[in-house]
Amino acid sequence: MKQVANWALDVATMRGASYSDARIVSQRSRALTTKNGKVGSASDAESVGMSVRVIADGAWGFAASEDLSRPGVEATAARAVEIARASALVKLQDIRLAPEKSVTAEWTTPYAIDPFAISVEENIALLLKIDSELCAVAGITLAETNLNFNREEQWFLSSEGSDIHQTKYSAGAGYTAYAFAGNEIQKRSYPNSYGGQWQSKGYELIEELKLVENARRIAEEAVALHRAEQCPEGTFDLILDSSQLGLQIHESIGHPIELDRVLGMEANFAGTSFLTLDKLRTLRYGSEMVNVVADARQEHGPGLGTFAYDDEGVPAQCTPIITRGLFTGYLSSRETAHTIGENRSGGTLRAEGWNRLPMIRMTNISLLPGEKPLSREQLIASTDHGILMQTNRSWSIDDRRYNFQFGCEIGWEIKHGKPVRMVKNPSYSGITTEFWNALDAICSREEWTLWGTPNCGKGQPQQVMGTGHGAAPSRFRQIKVGSAYKGS
Amino acid sequence: MLSREQAATIFDRIKKLSSSDEVEVLFSGGKFALTRFANNTIHQNVEEENHIVSVRTVFGGRTARATTNKFDDDSLRRVVESSEALAKVQHPDPDLLPMPDSREAAGESHLRSDQASGSPIPTRAVPTRYFEQTAAITPQIRAASVKKIVKVAQGNKITTAGIFSSSESVEGIFNSRGLSEWHSQTLAEVSITMLGADSSGWQKANSPDVTNLDPLRMAEVAAKKALASAHPAEVPPGKYTVILEPSAALDIVGFMFWDYSGMSILDQRSFLTGRIGSKLFGENITIWDDVTHPLQAGSPFDGEGMRRLRVPLVENGVIKRVVYARATAERMKRSEQKDKAGPIEPTGHGFPLPNETGEMPLNIVFAAPQNPQSLAQMIASTERGVLITRLWYIREVDPYEKIVTGMTRDGTFLVENGKIKQGVRNFRFNESLIHMLSNVESMSVPLRACGEESFDMVVPAMKIRDFNFTEVTKF
Repeated sequence: MKQVANWALDVATMRGASYSDARIVSQRSRALTTKNGKVGSASDAESVGMSVRVIADGAWGFAASEDLSRPGVEATAARAVEIARASALVKLQDIRLAPEKSVTAEWTTPYAIDPFAISVEENIALLLKIDSELCAVAGITLAETNLNFNREEQWFLSSEGSDIHQTKYSAGAGYTAYAFAGNEIQKRSYPNSYGGQWQSKGYELIEELKLVENARRIAEEAVALHRAEQCPEGTFDLILDSSQLGLQIHESIGHPIELDRVLGMEANFAGTSFLTLDKLRTLRYGSEMVNVVADARQEHGPGLGTFAYDDEGVPAQCTPIITRGLFTGYLSSRETAHTIGENRSGGTLRAEGWNRLPMIRMTNISLLPGEKPLSREQLIASTDHGILMQTNRSWSIDDRRYNFQFGCEIGWEIKHGKPVRMVKNPSYSGITTEFWNALDAICSREEWTLWGTPNCGKGQPQQVMGTGHGAAPSRFRQIKVGSAYKGS
Repeated sequence: MLSREQAATIFDRIKKLSSSDEVEVLFSGGKFALTRFANNTIHQNVEEENHIVSVRTVFGGRTARATTNKFDDDSLRRVVESSEALAKVQHPDPDLLPMPDSREAAGESHLRSDQASGSPIPTRAVPTRYFEQTAAITPQIRAASVKKIVKVAQGNKITTAGIFSSSESVEGIFNSRGLSEWHSQTLAEVSITMLGADSSGWQKANSPDVTNLDPLRMAEVAAKKALASAHPAEVPPGKYTVILEPSAALDIVGFMFWDYSGMSILDQRSFLTGRIGSKLFGENITIWDDVTHPLQAGSPFDGEGMRRLRVPLVENGVIKRVVYARATAERMKRSEQKDKAGPIEPTGHGFPLPNETGEMPLNIVFAAPQNPQSLAQMIASTERGVLITRLWYIREVDPYEKIVTGMTRDGTFLVENGKIKQGVRNFRFNESLIHMLSNVESMSVPLRACGEESFDMVVPAMKIRDFNFTEVTKF
């Protein structure tokens, strides 16, 4: 594969590119689902190809092809240079790349069990066992399960001499039980909604999730929601369980800190950001308790944003994003680092596959756990009157990442330190900085989970990327609750 | 680009490699290029070529699929082996039907039965959707257009961001019962955002034929919106008369079409469960799914190769029927819900098998209103309301009442006394689509529109009363 990549780099240089890199990627995936006692879908997919990214005449060009023959590769590289020269026709200034040392490296996601070594029969048996537990509960009208495994092997070579070979694994699993009755559809999901929990691990993740053990409870909660009262509307202290908080971090911290958004490069689709450059190290993003990092390093954990090198050959790093409530860092790339006075990229450029241009993506954007010991039970016990919300049901935020509204699958009203009743259709809304400044308690490390979001969309053409979000249950004071159903 | 003849040869090679009872091969792919600009400069510029072959095999009621983008002998052998290995370990599916042959796929039998039930579904030929002018677009041509767009921005002392993309693609299906379908298409798309200091404006359009697009005019309209919405005022949330431009209308109504599916009814997750035959919307709402419409795009066959029929989904506000894949129709005929499910026939809207979602209408066409109103007429007849260019980040809040939430974006204006008064800060809405489509006061002539939240449709601008804004953001 290195030889193939070098064919591309040689042609790009010969055609006048001042910089070029080539990525050859081989992806393999397995997706299994069940629905109401039957296999819903069963598919394997593989995709292999190469892309060439170049700077010529001071502008970017990118071309990708499935054709790995020498003539095919050389034509792709030549095409990338031609495209770059077309880009230069509408250019205000030349591209500047922050310097980066070239490196030769090999890295593979640490895993205990190769997920593709587990038989499909065993996979399906597990999903059908979960399904039978869900469907055993009277009132469940639809049960869905999923199991997903991915393997991505990448060779990255650049004209600056980098030669990086990485193999990344990820796994995901989850299920949802639906209950339709009267004029209402309620649902509960485990371990999270929209595909469950995902991490950069092997099959051991599936064994850790205790999927079967939780199925009966989840189905019973879905049915019980029909008997629950509507979540009250008003201003309440709000406790978010860690998976919902993970999504809150994703939407109201992870996206606004993307420097390409801040610089207007995503204005037409994903939007911009309220975090204009003047806010770096001046904005009080959250309360003193809020410490957030963007950490792609292996020591942060097996998040979907964990790797050794990003897709332009920059080593994984940990960037402090919010430090004791102060906004301290963006997600950057070699092209954008200089705009915030940095002489090195933060190492966040990633592509969905061989045929997509790498762009700034969240790595693992995590809220660090509270420093003082605090269990979830203690957090609830210290809340006089509030609402606990679990598991995302809907999410929406404006294109500068200020105003958000989230709905959850289930809520619990807390009075005098105890959950007193289940409430249905809970939702909350607010303004990003006001919300994070209202945080007054974070559970400690033992309650902290590194959640995976496998479906983050960004870019044109749109790319789907996996991101990681560590979070522990936390409390926010006096948050607006229930406006999703206001006036309807 | 992969040709039909090359695909047929690959299918023959796969058929020889497979020992399954039945084999089906899907082909898709082509060339795609996109020039992206922001801050008045081209900052990304990409092109790719890729084709996929996807093999479904069947052994005694067991089926599975494997996919690759490599067509050499080893890769084809491996993809067949993967598909067969996956299929053999499945449990037999009693609902799995034999693959359709060409006659069944053409939909002849369905037409007969629909005529018998008094609901004829006429067929029309799908117009050509491959245009040489679109296929011939180069990076230089896209750059020249971007240059004109940037010039509009610079002339107005604002900046612009957007895309100009072009593609040529193929879609094909072959099966061991002799079915063979092929579709070629081109598509060009332009999307433009103009950004002022505290305001923005947006336009987007696409077409198989690039000559239908006018990037310069789009740039001028987007710039006008950005300038006119400068210094936005904060107006309190509440119920307002709104005027949704076609892109905004399609992005919000698109959230209900997953529910116009037999499988969604069987799964009891559709808001139409128990409501087919009911009048849910206003008298003025009539909606078809019609792949043959001249403003539509896409292939005329579904994931099993079945011909897509024209289907009346809503007639004068009454839910008439939903679409069906072959197996879904058979299941529905045996289900307890069959008497509440409307006409039950395969309509050619199935996804490739195996899947858990069944089918969906993807070629939505709103019928023209009796008395179409232009946007200008809608504004002129509005005492107090909000004109909306674009909606954003729409998500479902309540699946049965079909409440969705989302934001306005890139050109939101207060209308007073028949005139656009000024730009306003963007709103969050929480609105039931049932409520919304019952409150449509007037509509424009439907046109081909595209957004970001839903798929392309033929849809009108809509003037709607009592639209529910619940919050206002900071800009």
